[in-house]
Amino acid sequence: MSGRITDKRVRAPHGSPVRKAFSSPLASVFVIAVTVLWTIPTLGLLVTSLRPKQDVTANGWWNALLHPDLGLDNYHTVLFEGGFGVSTGLMPFLVNSLAISVPATLFPLVLAAMAAYGLAWVRFRGSDTVFFAVFALQVVPIQMALIPLLRLFSGGAHLGSLTLVPAVDLKGSYAPVWLAHTMFALPLAVFLLHNFIAQLPRDLMEAAVVDGASHFKIFRSIVLPLCTPALASFAIFQFLWVWNDLLVALTFAGGTPEVAPMTVRLAQLSGSFGGRWELLTAGAFLSIIVPLIVFFSLQRYFVRGLLAGSVKG
Amino acid sequence: MSVPATPSPSAALASGAWGDAAVKFGNSLGAVAGFLGILLLVFLAAGRARGRLSRPLAVAVFLGPAVVLLSVGLVVPLVRTVYLSLQNDDGTRFVGGENFGWALSTDSVQKVLVTTLLWLVVAPLVATGLGLVLALLVDRMRGQAVYKSLIFMPMAISLVGASIIFKFVYESRGAGQPQIGLLSQLAIAAGWDDPPNWMLSQPLNTFLLMAVMVWVQTGFAMVVLSAAIKAIPHEVTEAARLDGAGGVRLFWYVTVPMIRTTLVVVLTTIMIITLKAFDIVRTMTGGNFGTQVLANEMYSQSFVQFNTGRGGALAVILFLAVLPLVAYNIVQLRKERRVR
Repeated sequence: MSGRITDKRVRAPHGSPVRKAFSSPLASVFVIAVTVLWTIPTLGLLVTSLRPKQDVTANGWWNALLHPDLGLDNYHTVLFEGGFGVSTGLMPFLVNSLAISVPATLFPLVLAAMAAYGLAWVRFRGSDTVFFAVFALQVVPIQMALIPLLRLFSGGAHLGSLTLVPAVDLKGSYAPVWLAHTMFALPLAVFLLHNFIAQLPRDLMEAAVVDGASHFKIFRSIVLPLCTPALASFAIFQFLWVWNDLLVALTFAGGTPEVAPMTVRLAQLSGSFGGRWELLTAGAFLSIIVPLIVFFSLQRYFVRGLLAGSVKG
Repeated sequence: MSVPATPSPSAALASGAWGDAAVKFGNSLGAVAGFLGILLLVFLAAGRARGRLSRPLAVAVFLGPAVVLLSVGLVVPLVRTVYLSLQNDDGTRFVGGENFGWALSTDSVQKVLVTTLLWLVVAPLVATGLGLVLALLVDRMRGQAVYKSLIFMPMAISLVGASIIFKFVYESRGAGQPQIGLLSQLAIAAGWDDPPNWMLSQPLNTFLLMAVMVWVQTGFAMVVLSAAIKAIPHEVTEAARLDGAGGVRLFWYVTVPMIRTTLVVVLTTIMIITLKAFDIVRTMTGGNFGTQVLANEMYSQSFVQFNTGRGGALAVILFLAVLPLVAYNIVQLRKERRVR
């Protein structure tokens, strides 16, 4: 018994007994099978998007692995010429996705960092209550807020005959989408950043106060630089969330080339042009390539953000 | 060949698109610059305050924007949606619980609720279970980073993108024609001569849509659970092993209890995502062929039928469904905070 264990430990000095029990050639085969299964659908999309139209309709994409005849023509068509029964291609929508995502990442990031600092280090009566209220707001599904928020943006707010907020014509502007994303991101952002900011060394903060630094100075010159990893994690998270979002964009941007992002357009196309696979796959790949680049280049921060959110730390 | 006097229509379209892009990016960066500029000014001004006022001022500046945005964006709409759910279709007449009665008694909506419940049970359990198994297995393999990355990758893809990817996998053609969908081809290769049109066969299609959610979420479960397993103190597993526990028993009686909190948090997180997700159903079937779920029905009622009463009622039901899940997570958090 003990001999067997020792024998295994030689091979894997750091493995726990549980892991040993679960490790066998069979386990490796299982993991590899899942990995292949998880990768193939995306590969199929990529290969199809590179094949000529007649090939795509003639046979399955796996044939292209043996007889490759690939090119970027579909991408040019789908970006600039449309071919989806519309005058413009996907280019304006791709631009919109980026123009929406960058501010919608930055706004909640900055505001949440401020709020998190305020809650953690500017102690005041009821700060705990505010913190839990903010955290509890994560329960509210975005769906709960859509109708009233849309009405507020389009019709202003009135109390009887008194106009609290005037109706602003925001049609064709990114502002409602930015605002909505900022509002919906705040509960999680405040929570994640608070976890991090509250754990900054107390001595450091007190020393800065003794030196006569105001909260604003401390925030800018101590908190923000020290929080860069947490900020980066959340920024990546939020960027992917906004880029990949359909619900908020569909509600607050409509479907026009002026403001609608890729996800909205692709969802439309998937319904109406489901047969044009060579174009649909190219469009879909364009929309996923940006998050994939972000993901693979910054994966470490992304994982750290995830862990901070659901595991203690 | 000489240079053409006028650019080709395609080139003109392309250059128009670049001009349009420049304007849009300009707007976007302008908004960012304006936002940061205003903040900087406020900081400089408020930083000069001294004495008794400086503390309340700091609280107001740091928390004010977030609190205002949260009130306007979430708290007030929350109350208003509950109010709308008690009104008729255009919000002009009070109807009490009529919309909820409609939701719970109409056959089509009942079916939607049952399908949603099915999603809520199957997708998170499969994703978490598979993620747990993978977390246990993958860490001992050579090149684990590659496997982890690839399984985790779908997490970065939008649900719309994932839906299109799988719509293509599930693409089905009539018998005799060459299949271009992977699933049909595999079915034929496995000896099933005439596989059905997957998206039309109930109730199989609902499970095929769930597979998309599992595909996206398994990596999340794997990564988080793997971190939790690594955090188990070595003495604990060592002691259990000395007591004679091994393999599967060690897993059930030591590993699982030790990571129970994380396990439940992962499960509830995926449940919450599943409940709210409408992208998959909307993109793949539009809610037809018996695949409709609550989140998408809510969207249709509110923004396609423009029945804010019914839409509001469905939103409230959705809210009540996620409430216990998130409440659990909050209790967990409170515990951790007290320890700290």
